[in-house]
Amino acid sequence: MSTAPLAVQTAPAPEQGGAAPRGSRPQVVTWIVLGLLGLYAIAPLLVFAGNALKSTQEIDANPLGLPQSWNWSNFAEAWERADMGPALLVSLVIAVATGLGVAVIATTAAYAMTRLGLPGQGGWILWLLVSSSLPIQLFLVPLVSWWSLLGLYNQPIGLVIIYLAIYSPFATLLVRSALLSLTKAYEEAARMDGAGELRVFTRIVLPMIWPTVLTAGLVAGLQAYNEFMLAVTFIQNRDFQPVALSLYSFQQGFTTDWSLVGAAGLIMALPVVVLFLTMQRRFIDGYASRGVTA
Amino acid sequence: MTSDSTVPGAVLLVGPTRRDGPGARRSRPLGTRAQRRLLAWLFVAPLLIVNLLVITGPGLASVFYSFTDWDGLSTPAFVGLANYAEMLTSSAVLGALGHNLLWTLFFLVVPMSMGLVGAFLLSRLRRGQAFFRVLYFIPYVLATVVSAAVWRQILDPESGIGSVVPFLRDVNFLGNPDLALGSVAFVNNWQWWGFLLVIFLAAMRTVEPSLYEAARLDGAGPVREFWHITLPSIRPTFIFLGLMTVIWSFLVFDYIYVLTQGGPAGSTDVLSTVLYREAFQNQRHGYASAVAMLLAAISAAAVLGYLALRRRLRWDI
Repeated sequence: MSTAPLAVQTAPAPEQGGAAPRGSRPQVVTWIVLGLLGLYAIAPLLVFAGNALKSTQEIDANPLGLPQSWNWSNFAEAWERADMGPALLVSLVIAVATGLGVAVIATTAAYAMTRLGLPGQGGWILWLLVSSSLPIQLFLVPLVSWWSLLGLYNQPIGLVIIYLAIYSPFATLLVRSALLSLTKAYEEAARMDGAGELRVFTRIVLPMIWPTVLTAGLVAGLQAYNEFMLAVTFIQNRDFQPVALSLYSFQQGFTTDWSLVGAAGLIMALPVVVLFLTMQRRFIDGYASRGVTA
Repeated sequence: MTSDSTVPGAVLLVGPTRRDGPGARRSRPLGTRAQRRLLAWLFVAPLLIVNLLVITGPGLASVFYSFTDWDGLSTPAFVGLANYAEMLTSSAVLGALGHNLLWTLFFLVVPMSMGLVGAFLLSRLRRGQAFFRVLYFIPYVLATVVSAAVWRQILDPESGIGSVVPFLRDVNFLGNPDLALGSVAFVNNWQWWGFLLVIFLAAMRTVEPSLYEAARLDGAGPVREFWHITLPSIRPTFIFLGLMTVIWSFLVFDYIYVLTQGGPAGSTDVLSTVLYREAFQNQRHGYASAVAMLLAAISAAAVLGYLALRRRLRWDI
């Protein structure tokens, strides 16, 4: 746990780490096992995508094979029937607000802790560690009553505030470790030249820790987009349903139309998968450090 | 898990310049320190406010409510330990606790072994590491509701895998009380193991290559390398993920709620679904808060056990 967050980004893969001579038996076994694991990860998604293109009758006749006719109209129908448009918009707003908010909250707090001489260092860290490992169930029940009283129940903004609170402790620890490993020489020089604290923060420090801030925001935004338990608890109003809830109610129907559920599921997953594939290194490092720092 | 154990290397890096020297402080005009102090509080205020409002405040309120009879609307009535007494003799809670234990066992064994073995094999590849890493990680970035939809379809008794594979015909994975818990765990594992693999892989990359070279000179094969070098070298990560697995297994909610809602006949009920039902269907917020205390106590016990182990065995984690 101690060195892994840094190691994730900096450690070179040991070249001679272990690869057996090419073509030898262990190497073949390695490729077979890795290939099977890859199949396990991906095949269900391919079946799902294939079924999204089939007609209902075809799924019954041929549930796991390739689609015979490609019914692209399933996507239009699912979009319509599951209210995907408005739901995606709500989710987009929630994810962006959470990502931005967590990035700002975590960065300013970490800066106050490492650079502005905030009193009570150890106490803050302990509080962050405890907050990030407390079960949500512990505060869920009173939170519902509080949110009703404050008029935040059934409001996307109410959900965003909860996400900001639960995702920011970890993000703060992440940004804090980036700040601790950053030399203070540039800041000191800028202060000598008479730059104010705000200017030092925005012009000198922020550009240097930007990758970590971006990672923290991206991971929080993705988690908010995917989140289910809090969304189903705090949003009952269909007009403000995030896409996770519209997909949930769409698959709970008694006569489930799997081709349409498949299409709706793909619509929800597509933005995340595209974003992940384009920035996979940042995502994986962010998540890996989540497991290792928390 | 103190502040410095998080990133010890980082602290060393900034060592000498960590505090402003007295000279630097003296050269600034008076009032700058107070300004910095004010700015510090302004900068930490957003974190403080959302945390008190969402986590710390309601968390402490839960402690109080767990001693009351409360429907969420009226004034809570103090009932002492009645909720705790009911909870610890309730067959629903004890049954759920048993399912949580089975769940913990499954997640300590299946995804941990898949992640470890997969990461070990992947760490020995010269090329293709990045490709497999992305492939295995894709399920992890999907939402619970998406992977639930994927598997509900495949496990559907009429139009899923049962209609193709002869010996699985008419097997109702999610509807049979004997199979439901295992099926939900299987689905959750599909999304989860790749995450463990990525973390194990990151840890394995920090192992000294010279250790493997020495082992190979001694004639060790891959299996012995795994047991005698890889596993001991990544022990901190291994133990930490084991701890997290235990904690997460007692808090599991999403997959069970989406796939079975605790049914059929309570066969997939876990503490979280019991809590949820008591709070939001039966409006017994006081009782649900007592269940929340049980969850928090289990998490705390896991963390304290881990810390004690660390201290006693002097493990560097």
